[in-house]
Amino acid sequence: MIGLYTFLTILQGLMRGAGITIVVTLSALTIGLSLGFSLALVRQFSRVKILCGLIDAYVEFFRNIPALSHLFILYFGLAGLGLRLSSIAAAILGLGLIGAAVCCDIIRSGFKALSPGQKEAALAVGFRPLQTIFTILTPQVMRIALPSLGNFAVQLLKDTSVVSAIAAPEIMFYARSMVTSSFQTTLIYATAAGLYLVMSLPLMHVTQALEIRYRRVK
Amino acid sequence: MSVLLSVTGLRKSYGPVEVLKGIDFQVKAGEKIALIGPSGSGKSTCLRCVNFLEKPSVGDIRLDGERVGIRPVGRNRSERIMSDRQLAPQRAQMGMVFQLFHLWPHLSVLENVAIAARKVRGLPAADARDLAMEMLAKVHMSHRASASPLELSGGQQQRVAIARALAQKPKLMLFDEPTSALDPELVHEVLKVIEELASEGRTMLLVTHEIAFARDVADRVMFLDGGVIVEEGAARDVILAPREPRTQAFLKQIRH
Repeated sequence: MIGLYTFLTILQGLMRGAGITIVVTLSALTIGLSLGFSLALVRQFSRVKILCGLIDAYVEFFRNIPALSHLFILYFGLAGLGLRLSSIAAAILGLGLIGAAVCCDIIRSGFKALSPGQKEAALAVGFRPLQTIFTILTPQVMRIALPSLGNFAVQLLKDTSVVSAIAAPEIMFYARSMVTSSFQTTLIYATAAGLYLVMSLPLMHVTQALEIRYRRVK
Repeated sequence: MSVLLSVTGLRKSYGPVEVLKGIDFQVKAGEKIALIGPSGSGKSTCLRCVNFLEKPSVGDIRLDGERVGIRPVGRNRSERIMSDRQLAPQRAQMGMVFQLFHLWPHLSVLENVAIAARKVRGLPAADARDLAMEMLAKVHMSHRASASPLELSGGQQQRVAIARALAQKPKLMLFDEPTSALDPELVHEVLKVIEELASEGRTMLLVTHEIAFARDVADRVMFLDGGVIVEEGAARDVILAPREPRTQAFLKQIRH
């Protein structure tokens, strides 16, 4: 069975990139979530106007310019200025910074969805502002934001394919290089598509499991 | 009886609109006072100024002699409004019940009542739990301790909200139209609970549209209109034999 053999060779070739795809996804996800959450908190609760303006500018900057532009700036642009990032570092940083802008918006809309009475009731019983934010507001915000954050995670996994453009050796990078040498275009790209599917499905399930966990009353 | 709460010269403006135009009153320990008046008269704003959920524009509010929400700063002791953080210990001494309950939906009924006892007053978990169960029993809600607030009727939610405020062991209870958002058939169960609390000798300040309830339960009634106290006195006097034309007109309107 030459077909199966070819397929397995292709799969093996692509799998070399799967690790990088996962590393880039998880690292960018971590940066995106933690930085995005922090930005959302500051933007939502800080009374320092300049800080809020800076965060708004950050969000607009990263959300309204294509990911590829950001990656090129980080990878080639910074190199031109003498700061040379590895392709993987540039990929993680780029997608992480974009992700933070996306998460900031998602989490802020969660805070905005809560009735002001939730905060007032917490202050009225004597909670301090930080206690109010972390014990009363954030758990409710997470419940609201989780479906969108899940979508973001899956989107991020798929978006890692653009980092092949700065030669980060992930799945699509190997797919393209194998296509140039073997011309098995359809089979290679279809296999790559299958690989993404296999990785994104569990991510969806994790999100759903988290949603159920957060819905449970403590 | 000693004065527990004193409000002096309370004014509140939103931009150019002055909602409270100089309110003065005192609440003695154990006294129950009802604030009545047409909507927009400033009665809710007045109540919310007491625990600084609404920041007064001018005014002196004292709980047990201690100035609420204002601290002196600098050498000339100029007054500055406290931050929410600095206000927390003062707010903890006042239980607040809202028109729309504002229970926390991610926590069980029991947790809604117990959480502040642990996190604000630092009670051990078991003690906070016992306290919460005790307070839930007071409002006849022990049987729903493990439920989610979202599974409860409005009347039940409001009773849990009352238990939550009671668990603070407050010096003063503030009720902001506690039955206004309820279906008519659920009003009674909440009023009954408030009446039971009143008979325990608690100090209460109550904004309400339930005139009959104010007459029967409150010691004194204050009628607010246009941001001032138009009339105040013993509950039965104000409600059954109002002196001021505005009070008469309001009560007449409500009865019909």
